[in-house]
Amino acid sequence: MKTVNLTCIGCPLGCQLEVMMEGEKILMVTGNTCQRGEAYARKEVTDPTRIMTSSVRVYGSVAGERMVPVKTASDIPKGKTMEVAASLRGVSVPCPVNIGDVVIRNVAGTGVDMIATKNVL
Amino acid sequence: MEQKAYHLIIIGGGPAGLSAAVAAYDAGERSILILERDTRLGGILNQCIHNGFGLHTFQEELTGPEYAQRFIDQVKDRNIDYKLDTMVLSISKGEGNAKQVVAVNEADGLMQLTADALVLAMGCRERSRGALNIPGFRPAGIFSAGTAQRLVNIEGYLPGRRVVILGSGDIGLIMARRMTLEGAKVLVCAELMPYSGGLKRNIVQCLDDFDIPLKLSHTVVRIEGKERVEAVVIAEVGPDRKPIKGTEERYECDTLLLSVGLLPENELTIGLEADMSRVTNGPLVNESLETSIPGVFAAGNVLHVHDLVDYVSEEAHLAGESAAAYIASLEAGNGPVPHAGVLITFSGGVRYTVPATADVSRIEKWLKIRYRVGDVMTNRVVSLYLNGNRVLTKKRRVMAPGEMEELVLLKKQVEEYPVVESMEIRIEEDKA
Ligand code: SF4
Repeated sequence: MKTVNLTCIGCPLGCQLEVMMEGEKILMVTGNTCQRGEAYARKEVTDPTRIMTSSVRVYGSVAGERMVPVKTASDIPKGKTMEVAASLRGVSVPCPVNIGDVVIRNVAGTGVDMIATKNVL
Repeated sequence: MEQKAYHLIIIGGGPAGLSAAVAAYDAGERSILILERDTRLGGILNQCIHNGFGLHTFQEELTGPEYAQRFIDQVKDRNIDYKLDTMVLSISKGEGNAKQVVAVNEADGLMQLTADALVLAMGCRERSRGALNIPGFRPAGIFSAGTAQRLVNIEGYLPGRRVVILGSGDIGLIMARRMTLEGAKVLVCAELMPYSGGLKRNIVQCLDDFDIPLKLSHTVVRIEGKERVEAVVIAEVGPDRKPIKGTEERYECDTLLLSVGLLPENELTIGLEADMSRVTNGPLVNESLETSIPGVFAAGNVLHVHDLVDYVSEEAHLAGESAAAYIASLEAGNGPVPHAGVLITFSGGVRYTVPATADVSRIEKWLKIRYRVGDVMTNRVVSLYLNGNRVLTKKRRVMAPGEMEELVLLKKQVEEYPVVESMEIRIEEDKA
């Protein structure tokens, strides 16, 4: 049996959650003040996901910009974050780029596209 | 010198200025000019590339640049005038109700502009190392978190590889994650106070996610290195916030990021001789977000530092509407409407309120009072008293200095009080 300690981000109270687990199975969640805390804990220990944001180089910008900010078009597994970050290094995209343009397809094999979050002329 | 007159000049083209412009336009005002110092509209949001913006305003999570673009589009759709790369040198009272704005840019040179009303939306800047007292040399490799953010996200340049962060403000937390993703190693985040000034979500997703330790009640006591930072020594502090001998820990690193607070940028406001708050370092405003100078309004981080841009937009919307109403009143020949506000007093741990005064007869639908507390508090009841009568209560399980609080007083709640002589916010222990 193992215990995972988490801080709930549901509200400013920031309850300290303890999840007791037997292998992959959740035995008990304690420390939460409301139901949202338990739901958060269950998701965090079984399938934690994040939107990942970064910025990549551009070339040919008439506005003189050097970077375009990007994000994953949807959540990716938290454990993939560093891999996605590494695969963005060295990437350079031509201008103009518009918000929502796909900058990298299926980034790091996550099945999720990396899209631009700013218009760069 | 170029001379031009507008009804409304907005100083700053960040989230506050953009929202104020749109609101003033939608209230019927057409003679509006936005002056922006940077080469683009959007202000600090341009470098805040992380997501989490817009949940209140757009019911979706946007990144900073996306959030800014929504407002930039609204400004452009309305053909509202703006000037970029334009520095405002001074603002002052002119003849009658006029306000003078002296500004400069390369294309127009020096400009003497007049306006009936101004919205101050200059934002804030970071406290620098000068505001702290860290012994040691002044080597390269010490950056404010916001400077590092600009370098990484806009310039595309990683300012260091092994990083210590002092202060747990949101920008520092965000940069801990950002630099980690760019391949740097963030060793520790030290916070002087026994609690973090950042949002819980940022502590979890920027520090915990990457196993970066947060050391509360710790500070930097020494910086080593002459040319470049070579190491940073941090130590625990006691309740007096003085370092405790024997608790020093040395971290070999090349970079120290400072995330030790933000200060409203009010040189222009002070030049105008508007009454200022010693707590927020912003101007004192009434329920219409008007400063002590009639026709001069303020919103956003220039007024008080916010944690959520959504609240900036909302506040600036009110400032823009108020400015339009002020101008309409001048146009109708009524002149400025005299203000009959009372000071909002407070006790029990409230540090300040925005607005600072309120004329309840001017409340349209509701009055939103924003405030911050000075310490972490649990199980409290916040009450609002008019003429000594409790008209509003709100239970708060927890309040922290890092999270702005608000009370909403509805018009119907004040209607029983045709004459308001006092308005007080009290925080009390919740005994229930
Ligand atoms: S468990 Fe409920 S009360 Fe506690 S932090 Fe999460 S959302 Fe807030």
